[in-house]
Order: sequence, then C-alpha cells, then structure tokens
Amino acid sequence: MSLDKATVARIARLARLRIEAQDQERMVGELNGILTWIEQLRAVDVEGVEPMTSVVAMDLVLREDVVTIPGDRDAVLANAPAKEHGFFVVPKVVE
Amino acid sequence: MTAPLVEGATGPWEVVIGLEVHAQVVSNAKLFSGAATAFGAEPNSQVSFVDAAMPGMLPVINRHCVEQAVKTGLALEARINLVSVFDRKNYFYPDLPAGYQISQYKNPIVGTGTIRLDMKDGSTRTIGITRLHLEQDAGKSLHDVAPGASHVDLNRAGVALMEIVSEPDLRSAEEAGAYLKKLRAILRYIGTCDGNMEEGSLRCDANVSVRRPGGALGTRCEIKNVNSIRFLQRAIEYETQRQIELIEGGGTVVQETRLYDANKGETRAMRSKEEAHDYRYFPDPDLMPLRLDPAWVARLKAGVPELPDAKKDRFMAAYGLSAYDAGVLVGDQVAADYFETVAKGRDAKLAANWVMVELFGALNRLGKEIDASPVSAVQLCGLLDLMADGTISGRLAKDVFAAMVETGKDAAIVVEEKGLRQVTDTGAIEAAIDAIMAREAAKVAEYRAGKDKLFGFFVGQVMRAMGGKANPAQLNDLLKHKLAG
Repeated sequence: MSLDKATVARIARLARLRIEAQDQERMVGELNGILTWIEQLRAVDVEGVEPMTSVVAMDLVLREDVVTIPGDRDAVLANAPAKEHGFFVVPKVVE
Repeated sequence: MTAPLVEGATGPWEVVIGLEVHAQVVSNAKLFSGAATAFGAEPNSQVSFVDAAMPGMLPVINRHCVEQAVKTGLALEARINLVSVFDRKNYFYPDLPAGYQISQYKNPIVGTGTIRLDMKDGSTRTIGITRLHLEQDAGKSLHDVAPGASHVDLNRAGVALMEIVSEPDLRSAEEAGAYLKKLRAILRYIGTCDGNMEEGSLRCDANVSVRRPGGALGTRCEIKNVNSIRFLQRAIEYETQRQIELIEGGGTVVQETRLYDANKGETRAMRSKEEAHDYRYFPDPDLMPLRLDPAWVARLKAGVPELPDAKKDRFMAAYGLSAYDAGVLVGDQVAADYFETVAKGRDAKLAANWVMVELFGALNRLGKEIDASPVSAVQLCGLLDLMADGTISGRLAKDVFAAMVETGKDAAIVVEEKGLRQVTDTGAIEAAIDAIMAREAAKVAEYRAGKDKLFGFFVGQVMRAMGGKANPAQLNDLLKHKLAG
C-alpha cells in the first residue's frame, strides 16, 4: 500500500490541516515510510496473541454517577474568542 | 404475515426500513465527566473541562451509564459483550469541541438482540436488533440568535447516549412506528431512558429503500431529524412515494442524507458534503477496553423487571383480556399498573373497559398523561365498587366519573353531594311508573295491543322522571308487571 499526493491532500483536508502543495511531496514520502514500517511489522506471526491496547496493562477505571463539577460557565467560556448570552459564538455553520 | 406492499404505477414495491435510535441514558452525571445532565439548564452551566475538550483533560467513564446500557441490552434479549472498546469518531462541527466523538465502533457493548412488535390485527413480528453502543452526545447549536453567527451550548455535550440499531427488518411506516413505540416502552420500563421525544431524549433516524418484492435491495436514503412517532411514519410514507415515483419515472435513487420538514410534510436532501463521510475511527488511547464481570451482568439480569411482552401475555392469561387491549395497557407501565390496581378483585374486563374508554377518553380530552390523571386508580376502584354493590347504576357511574374528573373528589362524595344514590325503593319506582302510565294512556293501550317495542320508551320515560336513579333491573321487572296489567 502506498499513498499518492491526492490522498495526502484528502487526509489533510479531513483533519483540517493546511499543507501547501510544495510540502505534499515530502508528506507522501514520510507517510509512505511509516506505512512501509507497518508492513514490516505485519510480517510477524501474531496468531493467538491478544492485541495490546496500552503499554500499561490496566483495566478501565469507572467513576460513580455523581455530579462533581459545579457549573462554572465563566470558567468554561473564559478562553472563547467570542461569547454572548452565555453561549460560545462561532461563524454561522448550518448543516 | 406477508410484507405489505405499496402499489406503484408499474407494479408492487416492497419498502425496507431500518431504524437508528439515539436514546439518552438516564443518569445524574455525563458519560465521561462529573457535569450534570438535567434538561433545560442555563446555557453552558453544566459543562466540565472534559466536555469542553480543554487540553490535558481525560475522560473517566460513569459506571451507572455502563449499567444502563447492559440493562437495556438484557431487556432486548441481546448478547452482552463482556469486552467492548471505545473509539474516536472524527469530524468537525462547532458543537463537538474535541473534533471527535467518543463512540464504539467495531466492539460495541451490546450485540444482536430482538424486539417483538404487536400489530393492530393482533399478529406479532420479530425485528432484529443489530447492536447497541454507548457514545457521547454533542452540544447544541442555535442558528437564529444573530445573523451570520451560530450560538453553541455545550450542556448536552458528553451526555451518555445509547445508539440502538435495528436490522432492515421493518416493512412499513406502521411497523416502524410500532417498533419505536415498543422500544420506548421497554426503555421506560427499565428506566434507562425517559423516552421524551420532544426534549430530544429519544431521537430517530430512518434508513429507507424500496425494491421489487423479493428482489435485490435498493439504494437507501437516511432520514434525519424526526422527533415524533407520527412524523417518523409520515416521513417514511413520503420518502417511499418519492423513491417509487423517481424510479418509475426513469431516475435512480442517490444514497444521501435527507431532512424531514414537519411543516411541509416532506423530506429534502441535506446540503451534500464535498466529501463522503470518512470518520477515521480508531480506538481512543485515553480509554482502556471496558471489561464486564459476568457475575455483575448476571445480577443485573436478575433485576430486570417484568417487561411489556411478558406483562401482555400475563394480562391475557390472568384477566382474559384481548391481545389488543392487553397490548394497549402494557404500552405504558403507569397505565398497566393503574389497570392492575383497578382489576384486582374486580371484574377485569369491566376494569379494562373503564380504564381504556372512560379514563383514556377523559385524559385525551384534557391533554394529560396518565401519571397526571385527576382520578387515581384507587378512586376508580371506589367508583366500580359503588356500581358493584348497587349504590349507583352503570349509567349514572359515567356522570359520577365525569364529576370526579372535574373535581378530583372520591366517587362516594360525588354521589352524596349530587344525590345520585340509586333508588331501590320499590314504592318510589312504582309511583313513578304509575305517573307515566297515567300520562301516556294511549301508548299503554298500544303496548297492550301488541306493540312490544314501546317497552323501551316506557323505561326511558320513567328513568328520566327519576333523574336516572332507578335501579334498572327493578325498574324493568316492575314495569313489565304493571304494563301487563
């Protein structure tokens, strides 16, 4: 499997990253390098081995169903570039 | 039951429907944060830094939300997956601050299950459940506060949802409605979702396609934004016709997402995205796989209450109700409990009749739900008991009930206040009969000459003269006797 420039452009667009045309060629090389490395790993026989989900083997921690966060609207909105009537305000986006 | 078909200009069509239901989990706190979930709070007043996706914040899962999902899976007779995985579903929208939703993709917490539908004609249909998974809700965007701007409220962001996906087993708008109704009843019975569609606690998307009977599946369209059972059925009916007319007119159905416009009663294509959805799911590195203890699941299973199907079967067997009546009563747990209180130790069919005709009729007129009924189950028991012991006639009982609905008073009090106690005094009834016979001497002669049909006329006249309070059986006997001369 290898990527071309169009695929790199598409992935960048999906991630909302601006990658200028002159940088795309370099990205093709870097990403293909990573994919080649993954291909190498695939050669290892992992039959019967459970997938490792974390380098630290631990179970998911669960929390009780208790409200622990006081509603602090000012703190949540503190860094918002625009706010009004307690809302975040963003350029109009309608789907 | 064979699948109902829709007749087009060129022959019959079969409709294939699958539903995706998002059910908000009943919990105090959110799925991965300690912020509150109450509906209708001031904007952004129930938002933690996790929900706002501030850098460095980590999700910690709510045990109760997991329990609610497992309980729902058990109620749907579904496979509970003892290991499930949370994934990130990546997309960009202003009410999704992290740029991804934590959801479950390849390994959901609940696998395949079933749901039984009770159709109007008394038949049943079994619909497959594909899966149920846990995920976060998004925030809410308001687009009409100011021109050119969207206002974002993150109170709902991070609230736990169960996405419940059906197999494409549904074959008509009616079946889709029955499915949603049944699913909502089950969720309410076990208390995992309040089922309130107006507040958005229960939301439904429908995948609809048409095909020739038995043929290959057609291209489907997904209808979003349906917030009532009635609208779901209308949207499916509209979409079915649209697809049939499109195909019969030589066109092809394009796979797309469509919005239902309740005001216009039609579906329309959403602004098509430049690129097809590509959510690039991957396991969320912040969360380990969720492992359930089989003993814990077994304990939850033991705690699942009697569900609508079992209750319906029991109502039919124990109270002799018809499939239809039993189905209506168990559709709402409060109604089922109300009925059982009234039916216990009384004539069950009479009880069912009073609950379904008089009570439901009154609630309908008042626009009230049964849990806000002005007449409690115990009060209705009082009324039925007054009928049973002959204090009031069945006819007057309806008047008493109407007064109870209006005032909230007990039946016995209404009867006393209005002087509606049934007259069983033979002398009083005879006197009333004599008066009517004297007034209607000509009709008496006709009756005695063989015009039997006049009997009803005399009953009516005497009843009216006595304000409806005469004991009907006694009146009949005495009247027959006197008319015979």
